[in-house]
Amino acid sequence: MATEVSRPTSRRAPRQQIGLIEWLRKNLFSTWYNAIITVILLYLIFQTVTSFVAWMVTAPGWPAAFTNIKLLLTWTYPVEQLWRPQAAMALVLLLLGLSSGLWGGIVRMVAFGAAAVSVLLGFVAFTFPDLPGQTSLPGWLFMFLCAGLLVGGDQAARWIGVKLRWPLIVAWLLSYPAVILILRGGLGLPIVETKLWGGLILTLILAISGIVLSFPLGVLLALGRRSSLPVIRIFCVLYIELIRGVPLVTVLFMGALLLPLFLPGGESIDALVRAIVAVTLFSAAYLAENVRGGLQSIPKGQIEAARALGLNVVQTTLLITLPQALRAVVPVLVGQFIALFKDTSLVVIIGLVDLLGAAQNIVGQPEWLGTPGGVWRETFLVIAAIYWVFSFTMSRISKRIEDQIARSRH
Amino acid sequence: MSGNGSNEPIIICENVNKWYGNFHALKDVSLKVKRGEVVVICGPSGSGKSTFIRTINRLEEHQEGRIIVDGIEMTNDIRNIDAIRREVGMVFQQFNLFPHLTVLQNITLAPIWVRKKTRKEAEAKAFELLERVGIREQAHKYPGQLSGGQQQRVAIARALAMEPRIMLFDEPTSALDPEMVKEVLDVMKTLARSGMTMLCVTHEMGFAREVADRIVFMDQGQIVEEGTPDQFFTNPRNERTKLFLSQIL
Repeated sequence: MATEVSRPTSRRAPRQQIGLIEWLRKNLFSTWYNAIITVILLYLIFQTVTSFVAWMVTAPGWPAAFTNIKLLLTWTYPVEQLWRPQAAMALVLLLLGLSSGLWGGIVRMVAFGAAAVSVLLGFVAFTFPDLPGQTSLPGWLFMFLCAGLLVGGDQAARWIGVKLRWPLIVAWLLSYPAVILILRGGLGLPIVETKLWGGLILTLILAISGIVLSFPLGVLLALGRRSSLPVIRIFCVLYIELIRGVPLVTVLFMGALLLPLFLPGGESIDALVRAIVAVTLFSAAYLAENVRGGLQSIPKGQIEAARALGLNVVQTTLLITLPQALRAVVPVLVGQFIALFKDTSLVVIIGLVDLLGAAQNIVGQPEWLGTPGGVWRETFLVIAAIYWVFSFTMSRISKRIEDQIARSRH
Repeated sequence: MSGNGSNEPIIICENVNKWYGNFHALKDVSLKVKRGEVVVICGPSGSGKSTFIRTINRLEEHQEGRIIVDGIEMTNDIRNIDAIRREVGMVFQQFNLFPHLTVLQNITLAPIWVRKKTRKEAEAKAFELLERVGIREQAHKYPGQLSGGQQQRVAIARALAMEPRIMLFDEPTSALDPEMVKEVLDVMKTLARSGMTMLCVTHEMGFAREVADRIVFMDQGQIVEEGTPDQFFTNPRNERTKLFLSQIL
């Protein structure tokens, strides 16, 4: 005979929500002096916001940024070649679309995040007033093209399926040289020398090159620092500690001024290449330390289990420790990439004209001399907004990746 | 030498010595294990039993003595070590599943990368093993989503996927909640009856009595006494064994 097991009944949790009025009273007006502080602070906030908005509306300097949008975004890139940045962007968006369709998940989020920013930017970037000889698509048309490539790529990849995997990986590996080829020319395209590049394009090239190149280098340094071979370990420690001991500006100067003295034919090394090398070497040292933190957080049992299964040292690193270490440090790495993106503005010091440099130049244009108060506030607000959009997108993507990882192991 | 004759011991340890710094962790440990034999190693904590079974697949290095596993002598040659590790499966106290991989990926990883099986073969084998340990339906979950007992059963399946000749168990139930111990022991019993050569470090005396062919008692880095479960539980000869048994039974 089955005995009845009495189960305790569960009760609903008590209500925690309180109304707005009650919340206000509890948190902002609980005592008379709290009430006074609240009122004073509200007044100050109101004052600040209204005067800022009033200034925004009446500020005379906005045209400086908007009439010079071409300079801000592409600097002195020849007007008749402007279709080339568009083509480069279209290429990357197509690849993002294909990857999104093929891999889905996190890749889709990254793709659409990056795409949203670039489509918006593509729209703004090429909406500048017609310049004589301009060959680029109008902004609205380009925006539709980009959106079409992204969504079309996504759909196409889903239709083609896994067959696309290796071709797409190869395409991504080739995308970097391809973008450089499109922008710089060669193979029949007229050469646009890098000293004509500038503005946001330069900032993006520096940041993306820095991120893409410093990542593998940083991971290798991190692994090297934990190597059992003393020569490799000592080299990695020396490198990391040396670079972390000096400011980025120093490394940039080293790259720009000292490197040409040591290397044969050094003078002929492109200034942009020197800056990319400096940013990469700098970022790799920090990245190595972050990755090392991740590696150290992996319990010893993971390595023992892998070795006991017969995996060799290389397999254990690539399949077990490194994937876990990188997952553990995603937030830190993205934080570092955001910092790197903003730090690229230091290249102004070695004479490259990035987004910040372009803004500085625009502010100094003679036509704005008559504007009361100058135009630097408005112009710098505009470029701050551009920096913010990129940084914020990166941090949102990072958040999504973290959520995804957390979901898989709750 | 082939070592494939059925009466030849599959594990031979002769006068194995190990030190941690100045601490003498294993003192002249000698043990022969026959093919298909189930040997339980017990003893107080710090007696060197875990250290000893970890020397058999070189998770710990021994400094003196000889260890021969399935005819391969353990030397510093990485090829010998890898060859032995392919033949010896291990289950750990803390499971040590790979948290970033699903249950299925945990099990198929080594067969694919070490045994060079195709994904299809490896997955078919993995499902078969999951069926055997009774958690086929969890194949696509991550280890963090399973209970301790389920995780340990996955760990057993992962080791078996390499088709080892020998299985080492290092306190496989010590980290489990009491109600989960049985499900893991049941899997181990089935495995023992299927003819697998097993070396188990465990405090589960019920398990030892039921399935062990031989019990080895270690204390202070030495093998103090060994015998069949009957001898061991009813008629221990050594004073230290008697003391140990009086404390745990």
